[in-house]
Amino acid sequence: MLEIKCPYCGKRSQIEFSYGGDAKLERPKLGTEVSDSEWNEFVYYRNNPRGEHLELWHHISGCRQWFKVFRNTATHEILSTSKIDEKIK
Amino acid sequence: MQKYSIFNLIKNSFSNHQNWDVAWRDPQPKKEYDVIIVGGGGHGLATAFYLAKEHGISNVAILEKGWIGGGNVGRNTTILRSNYMWDANGIFYEHGMKMWENLSQELNYNVMYSPRGIINLAHSDAQLNAYARRGNSMRLNGIDAVMLNKEDLKKMIPFADFSSARFPIFGGLMQPRGGTARHDAVAWGYARQADSMGVDIIQHCEVLGFDIKNGKVAGVQTSRGEIKTKKIGLCVAGSSSILASKLNMKLPIESHVLQACVSEPVKPFLDHVVTFGAGHFYCSQSDKGEMVMGGDLDGYNSYAQRGNLPTLQHVLTEGVAMFPNLSRLKMLRTWGGIMDMSMDGSPIIDKTHIQGLYLNCGWCYGGFKATPVSGLTFAYTIAQDRPHELNSKFRLDRFQKGYLIDEKGVGTKTWIG
Ligand SMILES: Cc1cc2nc3c(=O)[nH]c(=O)nc-3n(C[C@H](O)[C@H](O)[C@H](O)COP(=O)(O)OP(=O)(O)OC[C@H]3O[C@@H](n4cnc5c(N)ncnc54)[C@H](O)[C@@H]3O)c2cc1C
Ligand SMILES: [Zn+2]
Repeated sequence: MLEIKCPYCGKRSQIEFSYGGDAKLERPKLGTEVSDSEWNEFVYYRNNPRGEHLELWHHISGCRQWFKVFRNTATHEILSTSKIDEKIK
Repeated sequence: MQKYSIFNLIKNSFSNHQNWDVAWRDPQPKKEYDVIIVGGGGHGLATAFYLAKEHGISNVAILEKGWIGGGNVGRNTTILRSNYMWDANGIFYEHGMKMWENLSQELNYNVMYSPRGIINLAHSDAQLNAYARRGNSMRLNGIDAVMLNKEDLKKMIPFADFSSARFPIFGGLMQPRGGTARHDAVAWGYARQADSMGVDIIQHCEVLGFDIKNGKVAGVQTSRGEIKTKKIGLCVAGSSSILASKLNMKLPIESHVLQACVSEPVKPFLDHVVTFGAGHFYCSQSDKGEMVMGGDLDGYNSYAQRGNLPTLQHVLTEGVAMFPNLSRLKMLRTWGGIMDMSMDGSPIIDKTHIQGLYLNCGWCYGGFKATPVSGLTFAYTIAQDRPHELNSKFRLDRFQKGYLIDEKGVGTKTWIG
């Protein structure tokens, strides 16, 4: 069982959360000309690293806030968590 | 190679079975090969086999970082089916189903193909309608599909909960030719035949990097030294993104852990493969009597080859909702494997922008059943330097071009599919 520290509620068990994927994806800027390959990169392509991964989680059965989790995908170790607008490493 | 037959069995019994040939050699890597296949799972082994058999290319090495069959091919729940709606998938997997029917003969190895039928249960009118539509699409592609009503199902799976108020059973869709096969036997059968045609199966040999010169493949760096080649086929399933990153490539893939489990063995109880329609749970009974069960991904990026208990609990709760008497069984083993989840749920078998580099990935949790047809079409793609008609839709550029094969319609949240 993963224990995830919600930045608002503290440590809770994994079953209270849902996953939101890679937090480093950057949506192409609004109002600019975006090429097909830029959209393609953003929508479909992932770094998918083995090791440290910054990702979005949702405290869906708790405070319902989205936040960031810095986690190791090879060991499942959670290195840190932070609010969505806080910088993590 | 010694043929496996009743006569050879009798003959060898006189020497207490001490003199059988080894099933495959343990060769030292050569300096150079015509083709190098990375990954000794089902797909890599099958690809090497068809390269030798169909294209006469036998100066081939399979490089496997662990041991053959230690990856997903030895970890899956062995369901075979072609009950797809989209043409690209239906036609491809149906070709695969036909290959399963003769595979034991083709490999001279009993892969224990068991066409016991796969039943998808429907728990609402709408779901039954959706299944009827899927069944019709299947039949248009020449795939067997039968609609079942509640009375049929009561005879076929009497232990299902037909009185459930929450998940009432309305009926189901069945593919009678669907079923199971023995996972290890598939890996071993392909390995033995590929080896007999001259393919070198090199275990404990991890590919660490690639040698690319002027946009062309020149070789690989491995934990056992450099090996030259002009063609490389990547068949590394859940590790695809790691190897792609060594080529400065990104892929439309995420790696996720999928768990499965088996119960203690019990007497014959379930004759078919059955899937729960109100969630994600499926089960079948192995020849040893164990209930083989699986369901959802754990739901977050993972390379750990093991999962967490909440997912298993969730999956088995669904199982008990479907077959209440499962609640009395003890669990024997649980395990996990790393899935190469593609962004539309369908595979990629293609060339790449690097000359001589070929890609086979994106199998999600359904690649075991594709092993023969994936090997056949990937071997063709490598030998001919162009896709076979059967994998002509499984291109890497389909995402950018908008030709997704999104069977489930869940979009790019791969962990939900
Ligand atoms: C729990 C579970 C249940 C499943 N159930 C089903 C099912 O019912 N039906 C179905 O059709 N499919 C199912 N699947 C999916 C199926 O198992 C996979 O899609 C399929 O096995 C993937 O192809 P493969 O056999 O070639 O992969 P693998 O057996 O994983 O082969 C890849 C190989 O590449 C090797 N490798 C990785 N990196 C390197 C490197 N750098 N150098 C050398 N070698 C490397 C690995 O060690 C591995 O042996 C399931 C999977 C799991 C985990
Ligand atoms: Zn919270």
